[in-house]
Amino acid sequence: MSHNIYVYILVMAGVTYLIRMLPLVLFRREITSPFVKSFLYYVPYACLAAMTFPAILFSTASVISAVVGFAVALIAAYKEKSLLTVALCACAAVFVAERILEIVA
Amino acid sequence: MDIVSFRRGLKDGVPIGLGYFAVSFTFGMMAVSGGMSTWQAALISLTNLTSAGQFAGLDIILASGSYWEMALTQLIINLRYCLMSFSLAQKLRRDVPWAHRFVVAFGVTDEIFGVSASQEGKISPWYNYGAMCVAIPGWTLGTIAGGISGNLLPAFMVSALSVAIYGMFLAVIIPTAKKNRTVLGVVIGAMAVSSLFAVVPVLKKVSSGFVIIITTVVVAGIAALICPVKEEENAHES
Repeated sequence: MSHNIYVYILVMAGVTYLIRMLPLVLFRREITSPFVKSFLYYVPYACLAAMTFPAILFSTASVISAVVGFAVALIAAYKEKSLLTVALCACAAVFVAERILEIVA
Repeated sequence: MDIVSFRRGLKDGVPIGLGYFAVSFTFGMMAVSGGMSTWQAALISLTNLTSAGQFAGLDIILASGSYWEMALTQLIINLRYCLMSFSLAQKLRRDVPWAHRFVVAFGVTDEIFGVSASQEGKISPWYNYGAMCVAIPGWTLGTIAGGISGNLLPAFMVSALSVAIYGMFLAVIIPTAKKNRTVLGVVIGAMAVSSLFAVVPVLKKVSSGFVIIITTVVVAGIAALICPVKEEENAHES
């Protein structure tokens, strides 16, 4: 590594913090535009959904176990289980699916 | 200090912190196997508090990329926080002193934003502080644990743990999608658009950070044009 690792860390942390800080600090007025308000209301759902799918399919050792984990997480989330419960159910499902795949294969 | 909000934040932060522990465990493991020390990995987690950005940053460090490439990559991948901060700026109580915004900003992550956006009405910064008090140690300690013991952990455990973060994302979005048709449309639409980027040959070249930004802006923009949120509806659900 020819570059200094601490400079890398400083750059990473600095850029990331500025992105988070500037809108919060500079933008204090109440937004009245219905379009902007609606846009901001939909942002987290669009963003989290885009990050989840299709990335989830390639997060585990095999696509099949990932699909099982995805399906179980969807069901648990639909039943409005807590964040941790949904996450653990998904992990358990992947684990079980991969053990079964091992036996079958 | 607003004890009630702080306690509620702590409580909602517990699942986030545990989920973070699992995900950052993988980060610590990968950083150390790439030649970094456990403490350097922990320093990254403590100062960045972001998953996608750190994994991308790790690749750049290990490949000895330029500082510019690092800055640009972080900007693109983490630009979504900019949108979240805009949204949060509206959600914070108007009487919150200015200085608090600098601290709340540090804890703008997908999950902390997710839980604070799902609170009814305006929120106190102390709610976010509560969540941060659990989430930040969870993320940092997970990195340390991963760095120390990661290489001892069998591959099947790593594979199962890798899905945890997506389970958390789904737990944030699905309950609202169930009750609100437009949100359901947004969720399905966003998944479809990001899938297009994964399969269409030309679109495949777009980096993952850009995919998230483009998808978010396009899908949330279309939804806001077609189905603007009505005032009373907003008060009930956000």
